[in-house]
Parts: sequence; C-alpha cells; structure tokens
Amino acid sequence: MFAAFLQYLFSGLTSGAIYALAGLGFAIIYNASHVINFAQGEFIMIGGMATATMVAAGVPVYLAIPLAMAASMLVGVAMEKFAIEPARNSDVVTIIIITIGASIFLRGAAQIIWDKEFHSLPAFSGETPIAVLGATLMPQSLWVFGISAVAIALLWYFFNRTMFGKAMLGTSHNRLAAQLVGVAVKKVLLASFALSALLGAVGGIVVTPITFTNYEAGIMLGLKGFSAAVLGGLGNGTGAIVGGLIVGIAEAMASGYLSSAYKDAIAFIIILFVLFFMPSGLFGKRGTDRV
Amino acid sequence: MRNLVNWGAAAVVVAGCSAFAGQAGAADPIKIGSILSVTGPASFLGEPEKKTLEMYVERINKEGGVMGRKIELVVYDDGGAGEKASTFTKRLIESDKVDLLIGGSTTATTMAAVPLAERNEVPFISLAGAVVIVDPVKKWVFKTPHTDKMAAEKVFSDMKKRGITKIGMISEDAGFGKSGHDQSKLVAGNYGIEIVADEIYSPKDPDVTAQLTKIKNAAGVQAVFNFGFGQGPAIVTKNFKQLGIALPLYQSHGVASKDFIKLAGDAADGVRLPAAGQVIPEQLAATDPQKPVVTAFKKDYETAFKSDVSTFAGHAYDGLQIALAAINRAKSTDRAKVRDEIEKTSGYVGTGGLVSMSPTDHMGLSPSAFHMLEIRKGDWVLID
Repeated sequence: MFAAFLQYLFSGLTSGAIYALAGLGFAIIYNASHVINFAQGEFIMIGGMATATMVAAGVPVYLAIPLAMAASMLVGVAMEKFAIEPARNSDVVTIIIITIGASIFLRGAAQIIWDKEFHSLPAFSGETPIAVLGATLMPQSLWVFGISAVAIALLWYFFNRTMFGKAMLGTSHNRLAAQLVGVAVKKVLLASFALSALLGAVGGIVVTPITFTNYEAGIMLGLKGFSAAVLGGLGNGTGAIVGGLIVGIAEAMASGYLSSAYKDAIAFIIILFVLFFMPSGLFGKRGTDRV
Repeated sequence: MRNLVNWGAAAVVVAGCSAFAGQAGAADPIKIGSILSVTGPASFLGEPEKKTLEMYVERINKEGGVMGRKIELVVYDDGGAGEKASTFTKRLIESDKVDLLIGGSTTATTMAAVPLAERNEVPFISLAGAVVIVDPVKKWVFKTPHTDKMAAEKVFSDMKKRGITKIGMISEDAGFGKSGHDQSKLVAGNYGIEIVADEIYSPKDPDVTAQLTKIKNAAGVQAVFNFGFGQGPAIVTKNFKQLGIALPLYQSHGVASKDFIKLAGDAADGVRLPAAGQVIPEQLAATDPQKPVVTAFKKDYETAFKSDVSTFAGHAYDGLQIALAAINRAKSTDRAKVRDEIEKTSGYVGTGGLVSMSPTDHMGLSPSAFHMLEIRKGDWVLID
C-alpha cells in the first residue's frame, strides 16, 4: 500500500515539477511588468521543438540545447520589441491581450517552420527506472526537479542580490518612480522577456523526453503553469514551484485514490479554494494598491 | 453510345477551345467538395487526406478525367471545429454547388455536416471513425474508415485466444479514446472479457503512472488495453515499462503509425494492436487481394510527399475511388443516382479492406480489414 502511495507521489512530483517550471516564466514577466504573458507556453514549446528537430537533423545535443535557448531568447526579445513595446502606453489588460495574440502567432509560425508531428528527445541519462521502496521514478524526472531547483535559486539571487534584478522589481512596483531614479525601463522590460523566454526554453528542453512536444504543446503547459503561478502567488518564484507541485500531486492522488475522472476537477477546486480564501495566492504579498 | 459520341465531341471542342482561350464551358467539371481538418488538433488526419485527394485528382485529370469530364476539387479547412465544418459544408452545397462531398476528418466535423448533406440530398463519404456516423444508417451518408468497435473486437478476440478474461482499461477521456472506450465496454462481454479496472487520462497529461499503478493493483488483471492517439498512448507505453508491469499491453489502431514507435522507443516492444493492411503492405500474404492496392498507394504517396504513408491518407484514397466508381457506374453526377451506386459498392478492394456496402451497411468493411500486429525491435510483426 505504501508503495502505491509513493508511486502516486512520484507521479505527482513529475507532473508538478513540469507545471512548476512552466509557472516560473509567468512569475518573471509579471515581476517586471505586471503583465501575464500568455505566450509563456509557446516559449516552452519553442525550446523543446527547436532542440528536438535539431537533434533529429543530426546536430549534437550539447550544441542543439544552447542554440535552442538562444533562438527562444531571440523570439522573446523580438516579441517585446515588436508587439509589447509599441503598446507601452496602453493599460496592462491590452498588453495581456497582445500576448495572447503573440501566442497564437507563434503557434502558427511553429506549424509552418517545423511540422505538426510530435517530437521527442532522448532522456539525458538513460531510461532505466530508479526503484525506491517498491515505486519507480525515471531519471529524467530528477533532471526536472534539479533544474527547477537551480532555476529558483538563480532567480532568487537575481531579484534580491543584483542591481538589475532589483531594478526589475522596482519597475514593476512603480514604473515612473523607477524611471526617475535612473532605471532604463525599456531595457528592463526587454530583459524580462529574454529571461523568461530562456527559462521557458530550458523547461521545454528538460520535459520533452517525458511529455514529447509538438506545436501545440505550449497550450497545456502554459495553462497549468499559469494555474501554478496563480496558486503560488503571481510574481513569486517559490510560489510558482510550490503551486505547481501542489497541482501535480493533487492530480496524482485524486487519480490514485478517487477516480481518474475527478483528476482535473480536483486541481481546479484547489485553485478556486485558495483564490477564494487567499486571493493573492499562497506566497503572494497582500495587495494594497487599488486599481 | 450516342452519349459517348457526344462526350467525345465535347472533349475535342474543349481541347480546341482551351488551346485558344484557356477556358472551356462545354463539359462541366465534376465538382467534389471536401471539408478537412488540415490545421488544428486533428491536422495529422486532415493534412495527409488533403494531399492524397489533390494528388489523385490531378493524376486522374491528366489521364482524361472521369467520363471525359475533369474533376474539380474544392477543399475547405475546418481546423477541427464542428461549427466551421457546418458553415463550409453549407457553402460547398449552396454556392460551390458540388456534386458530392468527401471529408469530415473527425467524427465531430462529420456529424456537423451530416444534417446538411441529408437535408440537401448530397452524397457524403466521411473519413472519420466513430460508429455513430453510419449507425443508424443515414440515407446520404457513407464512410470509409474502420470503426473503433471493430478495433475493440479484434483486440478482444486476440485476448480470448490467449486465454485472457480480466483486463484493465485505460483510455483518453476525449474524442477518439472516449468513443473507443464506450464501444469496448459494449462488446467486451461478447468475448467473455471482464473490465476490472477502468481509468482515464487527459490527452496531454505528462504522466499516467498513478492510473497504471491503480490498474496494476486491481485484483486479477491479466492484460491492459489503452484507447487513444497522439502523445497519450506513447506516454502510457513508457510509464507501463517504467512501472515494470509484466502483463500484455494492447493499444488501439490509433497508434498504427511509425511515429508511435519513434515516440515510445524501446518501451513499445511487445505492444499489440489492430491495424489495417495499409500499415504493413510488404508483410501481407502474396494471395491477399489488398496487397497490390496498398503497395501501390504506399509507393505513390511516399514518392510524392517524402513522408510515411498513413492509414488516414488511405481513407481519403478509398473515399475518392468509391465516389468516382459510383459516378462512372451512374454515368452522371445526378445526386440520387450516385448515391444509389455508392450503396451498391461491392467487392471494392481499398486500403482499408474489402468494401461491400448495402442499404443496411454504409461502411461495408469486412472483419478481415484488421490485422493483429505486435511491435518487435521497433517494427511491426504480423501476428494474424
């Protein structure tokens, strides 16, 4: 019985870590601009698709990964430059709508540049399951956990210990004030998109051996990532990770102990519950500003 | 005979006119309208279907068309959405004035078009899977692909042969998987099979080990059967291997493409599935009437598009052949006559199997349409 529980837990952690990585990207852009970037899932897709197609074409993995990361960053920067920046005087909602448009555009472009098939990547360190007390875990899941942990640590350092990170936070709280104290707001926004595109690409690359990828892979990852970010408290990296894990584990436990029919419902019920009683999420700051 | 002479004369006139004017009005083309899911989630169905229709229409036109008349193909992309399929069908019937409809890549888009075809009395050959399209029989609606019910029956008869009586089912909770699951439940009893565990997953779930663990722990399970397509079955197969479940794993015909083996990798070894002859042309017996058809189609498709042929492309091929043969026999494009001739299709050897339709059977596939395959070392092996 314990083995089954452990297996459900591993199942949940695997899905959860994937949702968490997706959620982190939302946090960065939200931190810099209060914008929810609905093209975040597409960054994940681009990372995975670019790597998978390059590897299939014979490019060595260690070369394909940095190339795919660079390509995603380029897409992120281009999106900020050509879609977000021209609308910088619009309100946040307009910009969010623009990101939805960008996500549809990127999906269409991916369909033309690549194809509509599913693609996979070989697992980083083999496919031999690791047995733990009667349950099993794939080595690739450990990679996802590890990369999530490193990403959250780096992000924490970036936002709390570096000048540029603090400038980003400052811009998010009050753009005008930040500008007055000499923060290059334009640069901050550009960097936030580049950074979250990079993070998305990394996520896409590590999860592709588990979930596969195709031009539409970003929709589900984006949605679950967004739920994770909202649950954890938008703009909080730790929150996104914890939120993702909660959603993943809740789904797995519901499939295991109740019925798989309730799996998706349970995840949404938890999110609704948290938002109802803690509107700013688990780790979010209590909001004081009135809009 | 006089008709033929007239057509011949018309053809000469057409040839003469087009040499000068490039346009001809003497022999109107035969108009075939098609709604396909070329983009969107079902694009892996619609895209090969569209390519196939276009390739063969072009070839037939080059060879002189049907009854000396060229074929004009009008394709609209419904993106997999039912309401778009409905709008486009209306447009095909009312403004394009097509003689016949082929298409509906998915069950949803087909069912959206069915009432329009019925009301306007236009023959309609669907390329989608579910039983509901032809059961109950609708006067103007036919279909070429196998049903999920046939696939389930093939799987259960193979299980019965191996002495399996209790199974665990895991299926996708949308579209194809859901319909397949329901049909499986209906027919399992006929083969003495009891479904002792019944789990579902969403088409894009990254991990289904929780569901599989539950099935593994259900009392008496002797085999596991998954109904779904796309990435889901590949994840199920990988997770199945990860958990080290030592039971036979069956998949549906939804995974009968090389892509599945590519995605699932080594984990696919030992998986059994029902598939049409189109999947394994070179392994069919030399006496199999399907062999020359599927071999030729595979070659045509793969030389033209440099990609693996799929059973879905075959469904479109069959639809077009059945339609054109019916028009040929009817000697006109009169909708009622063409409909009657489609219904009389008999002994047609297609990529999907042997087709003999009747007023009570608008699909006409025999049980021989499915073969049982096992995946060994990354390739299909014909079991029976």
